[in-house]
Amino acid sequence: MELVRSLHLVAGEELLSIAGLILLLWAAWAGDKAARAISIASVAVLTAAALIAAPALCGAAMGADTAAFFGQYRADAFSSFGKLLIYASAAVTLIVAPAFFDRFKAMRAEFPLLVLFAALGMGIMVSATDLLTLYIGLELNSLASYVLAALLRNDERSAESGLKYFVLGSLASGILLYGVSLTYGFTGTTSFEGIRAAIAGGTLSTGAVFGMVFVFAGLAFKISAAPFHMWTPDVYEGAPTPVTTFFATASKVSALALLMRVSLVAFGAAPQAWQQIVIFAAILSIVIGALGAIGQDNIKRLMAYSSINNVGFILIGLACANQPGAAAMLIYIAIYVAMSVAGFVAILMLRDEDGEPVESIAELAGLSKTRPGLAAALAAVMFSLAGIPPLFGFWGKFVVFQAAVQANLVALAAIGIAASVIGAFYYLKVVKVMYFDEAADKVRGKSELAHGVLLVIASVFISPLGYLLTNWLHALAGNAAAALFHA
Amino acid sequence: MSGFPILSLMLLVPLVGAVACLKAGREQARMIALVTTLVDLALGAVLWTQFDTGGAQWQFTERANLFAGFSWALGIDGIALVLIALTVFLMPICIGASWNSIEKRAGEYYAAFLLMETLMIGVFAAQDLFLFYIMFEAGLIPMYLIIGIWGGADRIYASYKFFLYTLLGSVLMLIAMFWMVNAAGTTDIPTLMQYDFPPQAQTWLFLAFFASFAVKMPMWPVHTWLPDAHVQAPTAGSVILAGVLLKMGGYGFIRFSLPMFPVASAQFAPLVWGLSMAAVVITSLIALVQHDIKKLIAYSSVAHMAIVTIGLFAFNVQGLEGSMLIMLSHGLVAGALFLGVGVIYDRLHTREIDRYGGLAINMPYFALFFLLFTMASIGLPGTSGFVGEFLSLMGVYQASSWVALVCTTGIILGAAYMLYLYRRVIFGEQRHADAAAMPDLDTREWLMMVPLGLVVLWMGVYPESFLAPMRKDIATLDARVAVAAPKGDAQVKKGTGKPAAEHEAAEHNDAHGEAH
Repeated sequence: MELVRSLHLVAGEELLSIAGLILLLWAAWAGDKAARAISIASVAVLTAAALIAAPALCGAAMGADTAAFFGQYRADAFSSFGKLLIYASAAVTLIVAPAFFDRFKAMRAEFPLLVLFAALGMGIMVSATDLLTLYIGLELNSLASYVLAALLRNDERSAESGLKYFVLGSLASGILLYGVSLTYGFTGTTSFEGIRAAIAGGTLSTGAVFGMVFVFAGLAFKISAAPFHMWTPDVYEGAPTPVTTFFATASKVSALALLMRVSLVAFGAAPQAWQQIVIFAAILSIVIGALGAIGQDNIKRLMAYSSINNVGFILIGLACANQPGAAAMLIYIAIYVAMSVAGFVAILMLRDEDGEPVESIAELAGLSKTRPGLAAALAAVMFSLAGIPPLFGFWGKFVVFQAAVQANLVALAAIGIAASVIGAFYYLKVVKVMYFDEAADKVRGKSELAHGVLLVIASVFISPLGYLLTNWLHALAGNAAAALFHA
Repeated sequence: MSGFPILSLMLLVPLVGAVACLKAGREQARMIALVTTLVDLALGAVLWTQFDTGGAQWQFTERANLFAGFSWALGIDGIALVLIALTVFLMPICIGASWNSIEKRAGEYYAAFLLMETLMIGVFAAQDLFLFYIMFEAGLIPMYLIIGIWGGADRIYASYKFFLYTLLGSVLMLIAMFWMVNAAGTTDIPTLMQYDFPPQAQTWLFLAFFASFAVKMPMWPVHTWLPDAHVQAPTAGSVILAGVLLKMGGYGFIRFSLPMFPVASAQFAPLVWGLSMAAVVITSLIALVQHDIKKLIAYSSVAHMAIVTIGLFAFNVQGLEGSMLIMLSHGLVAGALFLGVGVIYDRLHTREIDRYGGLAINMPYFALFFLLFTMASIGLPGTSGFVGEFLSLMGVYQASSWVALVCTTGIILGAAYMLYLYRRVIFGEQRHADAAAMPDLDTREWLMMVPLGLVVLWMGVYPESFLAPMRKDIATLDARVAVAAPKGDAQVKKGTGKPAAEHEAAEHNDAHGEAH
């Protein structure tokens, strides 16, 4: 009976795997000609998977009923929240990709499949309640991601990006696995509940602390938190822009959700053991993300540093180590996904006359005169990332800092918010180039309809109209966080 | 006072106008902007006439729980009323000032201005702590664009400085707000104004709010963004900056710092006095040596704002009323002076004082208006400047005669730099042919100057019109801070010649007698 029940709970993953395999066969037979059709089918599959995942979130599913395969996996409201964001991001990636790859004649049939399998791996990551499930999900996702980063085979930067991602990613996986084995050795179990029970007294043995630190280091790499952030700018810059979009959204969501479950559930009984690590990583990420971005002249690299910066803010929510903090993180993540989608779609729309992508910030000069709509959207993204009200990005910072103050981390909140002013400087720089400088008139390419529609949707979400969604967003994030903290 | 949401409407009208302006051409955009601001002025007039002086403290209240964590709560008291009135009064004049001088990207320009209007009214009308913060901070974006796109030669530096300076000031306030909401369990401003925070906490909360409002005000030594921003901003930008944006700092003190943290306010009053005394003397002296007209007026703004803070932290009714009146008067007068500078700048395209001279000969009407506003800035009796400064200084004299003494020198220095400016620009010989050839005010400029001049005189001759709506709120505030008020050093008492002990006993008896 357990098997039947479990299979029922993982219906979404089953759908993704089976559909992925069928589409793989299609791709093998039909070749690259069918790439677009496979993309469309993949989006349909992701939509279906999202529909399967949604009821758990709306119905606030939690507790023992949601545990599958003897506690190795959970299909609760928390994982559902993560999955919805992941599937949506993956679908966005698939929608924006064809226009980008067509120009390089590189729209390959395996692209949608890799995205599909990566999304499957991410889904497993956010649902994992066992260190081994965690690792399976992580590797399924990572392997697909390494290939995705290097997808433009004729482009040196893309190849470099893929290789860097692979080497550093494997190293991080190794560190993580080492931490997993130490944790297993000192707690005697790989299940999150078991680890929690083993350290219930709140004191960790030295070996378990080592294991925990290694696990955190490995995960910090995956979320690109400082001081494990070095790969991010290179990978973001080199990877094809749709893939960068995928990394900035879905990968971030899954790794952060995984980190939340590991720290708040597995090591949740001893928050004092990891809080300092998180606080340190948070402040360092905010500062390094902000300072590193100042000298950048490539907008994708800038977005990479911005993602490091934003991860720092999200980690402030984790440092609270309580349910409001977790809910705040989820809200921030959801808003961050929307900001990243808007930002990268806008970047995809920046093309010169021949359709070549424009990535240098200097070439955006005077964009507001030549392409006012696009410039306004990009400016909204920048102000939103900087957390300036009334844009919706402010709300993410708002809830995270509020949670920190409620958890009595006033000093952390004050340092974090003061450091956010440094970040405002480089976001302002982009706006300054677009609005104050003389027009370079470099961006002249036509935009795809699909890009335009996505940009409008994402921009409306991050505009002040987004505040009207706060009640709904808070309810959903509240459900998800409650599921995480449900015994 | 029906349930009609007039405040929301006042916020909505400019917002709709802003959206309409975005796509419109220059001619249409300025027309839309003018009509919109005039509609808001009319609504402001309705608000003023419908305001029940001496009635409920909070009027025209609206509340809608649209958001998680905070609500759309609006409402005004007398203090907010007069500041909203100032805003809607200045806005059509700003549009008029931009009528011909803005040629590039006019649609976006007017959109930014109308957005500013929404946000400024929102700041004064917000009754929810976080709604206030959002409105307060959001103003940075349009102002950044106004300075950066339509400003002078050094606009980019000025826009960055303006943005980052004020942002850094405000973010700590947000953390303090979280703490307050967490402690008090509400985001409602009127409730928070009655809430007694523990004295130790008040110290920190006060400092966090002070960081924000002192920058916004601006107080010495964090005023340096203001001269840059003023000089580089287009005329209308300077008018709105001096006229309304600076008042947000004073409004913040009077709405948040004083009633919410009375104990800490008293504790930090010497600090505020010290900074204000320094500001009055130092910035006045700096103003004396300026070669740039706008910079001179900008420094004079800092000096005037220092007298506002002095009055606010005098902890008595005169001081508070005086401060409010200076804020109103300065909004009109500094706005009018910048407008005057704009008038001559449009003709000669320079702000160098030396490039002018003898304008009284070829621009007699301009000279007349400029004289009126110069005198109002100095604080000549009969103009708006006098009433406020007199009350403020009288208020602070009760608290500390030394502070009053030092600050009064500001009036003298103010007269010095303003008259010296007037002497160099308006009087004297016509040294430059191009300056001598400038035509006098045209109809548009008359239409902007006359209302300002009339209100300045009105406020100078009959300030009661402006004091009446605020009186009850000021009294409430005074009662709130009275417990913490520092004891003044200049309380004159009639001596009786009796020994101290008897004297006190006698006083007791007197009080007793009166009670009967």
